[in-house]
Amino acid sequence: MIAYLLRRIAYALPILLGVNLITFALFFVVNTPDDMARMHLGMKRVSVDAISQWKAEHGYDKPLLYNDSAAGFSQLTDTIFYAKSARMFALDFGASDDGRDIWNEIKVRAGPSLAIAVPVFVIGLLVNITFALLMVFFRATYLDVWGVVLCVALMSISGLFYIILGQFLIAKLWHWVPISGFSSGIDALRFLLLPVLVSIGAGIGSGARWYRTIFLEEIGKDYVRTARAKGLSERRVLFRHVLQNGMIPILTGAVVVLPLLFMGSLITESFFGIPGLGSYTIDAIQSQDFAIVRAMVFIGSALYIVGLLLTDISYTLVDPRVRLQ
Amino acid sequence: MMFRPVVLWTDALIFVLLAVILLFAVYVRRHAHLRAPWRGVLRSPAGLASAMVLAVFVVIGLLDSLHYRPALPVQSGQSAHYGVEVLSVLDRLLTDLRTHTEKTYSAPLATHLYARETRLQPDGHSARVYPRLEYGGAQLADPQSDWIADIERRIAIGSAKGLVLAGVLLLIALAGRAFKTRTGLAQAARDIKTGALPWRTVIVMLTLLAVSGCVLAELAAGYHVFGTDKVGQDVLYGTLKSIRTGLVIGTLTTLVMLPFALLLGITAGYFRGWVDDAIQYIYTTLNSIPGVLLIAAAVLIMQIYIEAHPDVFDTAAARTDFRLLFLCLILGVTSWTGLCRLLRGETLKLRELDYIQAATAFGVSDWRIITRHILPNLQHLVLISVVMDFSGLVLAEAVLSYVGVGVDPAMHSWGNMINSARLEMAREPVVWWQLTAAFVFMFALVLAANLFADSVRDAFDPRGKRIDVYE
Repeated sequence: MIAYLLRRIAYALPILLGVNLITFALFFVVNTPDDMARMHLGMKRVSVDAISQWKAEHGYDKPLLYNDSAAGFSQLTDTIFYAKSARMFALDFGASDDGRDIWNEIKVRAGPSLAIAVPVFVIGLLVNITFALLMVFFRATYLDVWGVVLCVALMSISGLFYIILGQFLIAKLWHWVPISGFSSGIDALRFLLLPVLVSIGAGIGSGARWYRTIFLEEIGKDYVRTARAKGLSERRVLFRHVLQNGMIPILTGAVVVLPLLFMGSLITESFFGIPGLGSYTIDAIQSQDFAIVRAMVFIGSALYIVGLLLTDISYTLVDPRVRLQ
Repeated sequence: MMFRPVVLWTDALIFVLLAVILLFAVYVRRHAHLRAPWRGVLRSPAGLASAMVLAVFVVIGLLDSLHYRPALPVQSGQSAHYGVEVLSVLDRLLTDLRTHTEKTYSAPLATHLYARETRLQPDGHSARVYPRLEYGGAQLADPQSDWIADIERRIAIGSAKGLVLAGVLLLIALAGRAFKTRTGLAQAARDIKTGALPWRTVIVMLTLLAVSGCVLAELAAGYHVFGTDKVGQDVLYGTLKSIRTGLVIGTLTTLVMLPFALLLGITAGYFRGWVDDAIQYIYTTLNSIPGVLLIAAAVLIMQIYIEAHPDVFDTAAARTDFRLLFLCLILGVTSWTGLCRLLRGETLKLRELDYIQAATAFGVSDWRIITRHILPNLQHLVLISVVMDFSGLVLAEAVLSYVGVGVDPAMHSWGNMINSARLEMAREPVVWWQLTAAFVFMFALVLAANLFADSVRDAFDPRGKRIDVYE
């Protein structure tokens, strides 16, 4: 097990390095530091001095990959690639363009993001499974058919619609909860209720339909026929046998997103004014703060790789037939 | 010349795509084993109905893809000059909608403006009133009393026109069939009634589409059916123009990613070894970057490129079009990995099959094995994933435009409409029509695409049929 984990982590490193190289190419080669300086200082009539000063301030005044003027090992380390990209492996993201430390910011903002993402994930999973099981229980009846039609209709609606409708009805018209904002402690519940509710609602369509097909696939298998032949009631067959076996693909499929919950949701957070990582990223994109975007790309990729690793491990946990090789 | 044709990049690609689809259709017609599943799609009521709705959207999108620059009035002795504004055939058809702009917001079918203005009254002193619209309901002498009657009359005339139109179309179709099979009209009708075609769906959908189209046209001739937006532009015009953007993003992205996915997926699965390792590395790396962030990063960088090279684009339309194309490219780059993995797995399975082993034993070249034996057997996977991706991409456009990394803010798109209307929800009374129009049209397109994708999958996926759903 430990040898396997070590090997997987060793595999992850070249992937992270690749991610790093792609972002580096995007941010520094396609779009040179000169361009960035010009954009931040205003496009027209920027003097060469101002550009080099901006670059020096933000540490972009070094060669990209290889420093000719330096000596020895620092030929490689005294470069933009080392200072800006390679340092991310040590979780050193440097400062954003407005001078704040990015890693500090991330630590503070992960909390609110998780406060939304975790309930959405857990409750959403339960709700989706419940709806899927209900449709499977009533399969081949009009309830099932219309359930599927409803699911397709729900998943055809833009996610933005759920948010705008939720804010309009629940917050603006009925005044049950505030439209947006956040606060700490128990008071945060008021602010969290609506975003969580809306996010779950937006996910029901695709989630329930997907789980329904998983359960239906299970129901066609031999062990279900055996269970029925034993004379078990339909309810018992569904809950004891189909549910348990259907949970294997559902849970292992859900594990991959677990680490990504830290990243928060871009849209929900910015609509509801939650100071999490999602809104942090959006703000960075809109103010064109490349340092933050770069850091978030790196963290997102790292978390995704962790998610893949967790998926593999979870397979062995739920299904003893799978062995880690 | 009255106009000069303009071929934007996306226009060219759209027509390339159209040509590919037509060629593919001809190819399918000639092969019975390919014809059968498509017939299955068109014989399922949901598949046929959604295909008809999609067809309407596609026609509007295609009309909107024929661009030109109108000629300016010619002064004597000069060669013709053309305006910088790029119009499309759809713009030409909707000239009234396009040019009838009000001052600012007005509600759907309204006769008066949304905001009060200070106007001089006939009796000499000024008052704050809701002014009459310049075009919406301008034909009414007394809006208070005539409005309802006029709307009702227009709906009635529109419905009647729609019914006639639907009837004529049905008759033409019937006559066409009677001519082809050389039977009488009555016999042809009986054939269709007993045949496998879901003719009730055809009649209902055709009537529905024709009636709603005609009613909309009839109302739009006198009013702003979905109201006007902040600068007084007709919202119906905006939503119709947005159709092309949605279609382009949904289809061109696929066109971009297909070569990557096919080439890399098949090579990885067929040659295995280090090629496979390398390709797997590439797509795992790309896949592990969060999609939105990669798109955002790429679009930001492209924006800087556009700002740094303003001379590359001769018209504003060319610039917005370049941004749209770039968005498709980058969406394609982020979305090919899924299909690639699927194709790799399937190729791995296929290459072990007996008939491919036999081909190898006969000394058939790798290229020929791939094109003759592997590619045709992957066709259904490609097709299913293409139609399944479409709706997701249309929805993604709205979200990306909201984040600020979608299409150009000056381009008509549902995402931009939603984005600009979002803040107006705080106004009193609420400006709801812009949002509603965008959501309704987007919903119609995405729902039709989803239903169509489902019936395509049911028809092509052999696995789906094997599951005994309703035992």
